[in-house]
Amino acid sequence: MKSFTTHTGKVVAMDRANVDTDQIIPKQFLKRIERTGFGEFLFWDWSQLDDGSPNPEFELNQPQAEGASILLARRNFGCGSSREHAPWALEDYGFRVIIAPSFADIFYNNCFKNGMLPIRLSEAEVEELFQRATQHTPYALTADLDSQELSDAHGFSARIDVEPFRRHCLLQGLDDIGQTLQHEAKITEYETAHGLAS
Amino acid sequence: MKPRTLFQKIWDNHVVHQEAGRQAILYVDLHLVHEVTSPQAFEGLRLANRLVRRPERTVATADHNVPTSDRSLPIADPISKQQIDTLRANCKEFGITYYDLNDAQQGIVHVIGPELGYTQPGMIIVCGDSHTSTHGAFGALAFGIGTSEVEHVLATQTLLQDKPKTLELRVDGELKPGVTAKDLILYLIGQITTDGGTGYCVEYTGEAIRSLTMENRMTVCNMSIEGGARAGMIAPDDTTYEYLRGRKFVPKDFDAAVAKWRELPTDPGAEYDKSLVFQAADIAPQVTWGTNPGLVVSVNSHVPKPADFSDTTEQKTAAAALEYMGLKGGEAITDLKLDRVFIGSCTNARIEDLRAAAAVARGHQVSENVNAMVVPGSGQVKIQAEQEGLDKVFREAGFDWREAGCSMCLAMNPDKLAPGERCASTSNRNFEGRQGKGGRTHLVSPAMAAAAAIAGHFVDIRDWK
Ligand code: SF4
Repeated sequence: MKSFTTHTGKVVAMDRANVDTDQIIPKQFLKRIERTGFGEFLFWDWSQLDDGSPNPEFELNQPQAEGASILLARRNFGCGSSREHAPWALEDYGFRVIIAPSFADIFYNNCFKNGMLPIRLSEAEVEELFQRATQHTPYALTADLDSQELSDAHGFSARIDVEPFRRHCLLQGLDDIGQTLQHEAKITEYETAHGLAS
Repeated sequence: MKPRTLFQKIWDNHVVHQEAGRQAILYVDLHLVHEVTSPQAFEGLRLANRLVRRPERTVATADHNVPTSDRSLPIADPISKQQIDTLRANCKEFGITYYDLNDAQQGIVHVIGPELGYTQPGMIIVCGDSHTSTHGAFGALAFGIGTSEVEHVLATQTLLQDKPKTLELRVDGELKPGVTAKDLILYLIGQITTDGGTGYCVEYTGEAIRSLTMENRMTVCNMSIEGGARAGMIAPDDTTYEYLRGRKFVPKDFDAAVAKWRELPTDPGAEYDKSLVFQAADIAPQVTWGTNPGLVVSVNSHVPKPADFSDTTEQKTAAAALEYMGLKGGEAITDLKLDRVFIGSCTNARIEDLRAAAAVARGHQVSENVNAMVVPGSGQVKIQAEQEGLDKVFREAGFDWREAGCSMCLAMNPDKLAPGERCASTSNRNFEGRQGKGGRTHLVSPAMAAAAAIAGHFVDIRDWK
């Protein structure tokens, strides 16, 4: 698994709530059998006009969004389908950090498996970041998972609240399966105790 | 012992290992696999030289990406074909049971699991699909997982989990005539909103839930994720056991299994982290008007306006939803005219759903402005419907009768809406583009969908003659 320690990057603000995984990566791109190459299809329906040309109004198509690696959004980001293609697409596009007041459970979990850091802040803090992202262009943030601090160059600071074990795994880039297999004897023991041994 | 909830009992029964401050390692009894979220997981196993730990606890089928037209023809889309071929080859290589397209038991994974008796009370069931919550109807803890987790389960038969909180949604009293399980769950989602269940495992309780059939309970649990809850469950009871008795993969000593299952329901006095109570009598047939399932109203009311919402984020969400849906706000729901009707999906494509829709359609004609299709949830549902003559009822009324699969629920196969088309759908998601780019989806019950197909606009099923 990819690790995440600290990241400084440009922020793109997406003033939308309930951004669902069907929007992040529409189904027609789920037919691929690889994990890579989904970035070019990110937010496909929003990013283009009906004739296939880029939609100039779409947040990620703005000139100031070029090269952004931190995505700022409203509540319930990543709701809907369990497709891990959504974090794959965000990561492949270049995002390392996503900030929102809340995330859907499955999406939140999937981010950690792909070396991306989803950060939950209060509604007020998120609002503050939206303001700052319009005041300062370009606007950059630093997410330091080690010290658990999110900050900008203009005095903003917020604590990154993350479950200690997830933080540990992400900092080290630990492989979940390898970790679990260290307890393989326990799994066998469980199977034997429950009459599940083959 | 301290009284425990159904959830707590299943959780306790499955902890393989737990260290303080870490996620629990939970044992998985049943892992369902489909073509879209599994290829990268199998590839991961191969790269790391790992095997599937318990192939006999893993069951696969192709459903999301399969054509629902003539199955004797080759699949026209080469990338879809490759994905299905890949699943077939992976199952062969790793020794997993696979229900192929031409198998009479093929179908939507959440329809065939219960139908074949794989789904049982007290189990932990996972699948790389968010509607795995469906299986919670049997008193199982069932939830969707991502592809990395699919690989983890394949390799270890376990899953790492943070313990969710518990949320009781209790519905007292009886549903009124014409009001179905679909209306009940849409109403609940409307009340708690699309993320009200985030971080929780829901248990549905109360008289209105207890009196539902198994298939109706599946409809309710299926949509738990649309309220943000990864899992939704209903305590097993005689309705559950009678449904399961005699199914292919239930335990051989069925009575002994039932005796064990009877210990599962929540103990009197057990506490949930949160409980909400609703009255069944308050629920009317529901129709969604927006672009998430929480944006829903009663059929006899009007599409709301952004100003009807209190907070600015909700106002913006409502305004964007109205624009996408081609609505202004204020329209009577029954004035909305339809182009398409879809009866299908893991929410509402079981035999009882098809019977309910056929009862409405019998002797009527689909409006000439509407194109309507019925897609059974599985090969078995299709066969049974044909034995009961439901296919004839639908065909004579002008509905298209298709092969089993997910079809226009997610429009990954050729069944999809054209931009701007308005559709009454019995599926579970009305997200932008879900049924085709620019398509406008309104979620309803099977009976409401059938009535809308005939009238050409929404009708209050309670007035249907
Ligand atoms: S029918 Fe729809 S919701 Fe159900 S599994 Fe298929 S795509 Fe998912």
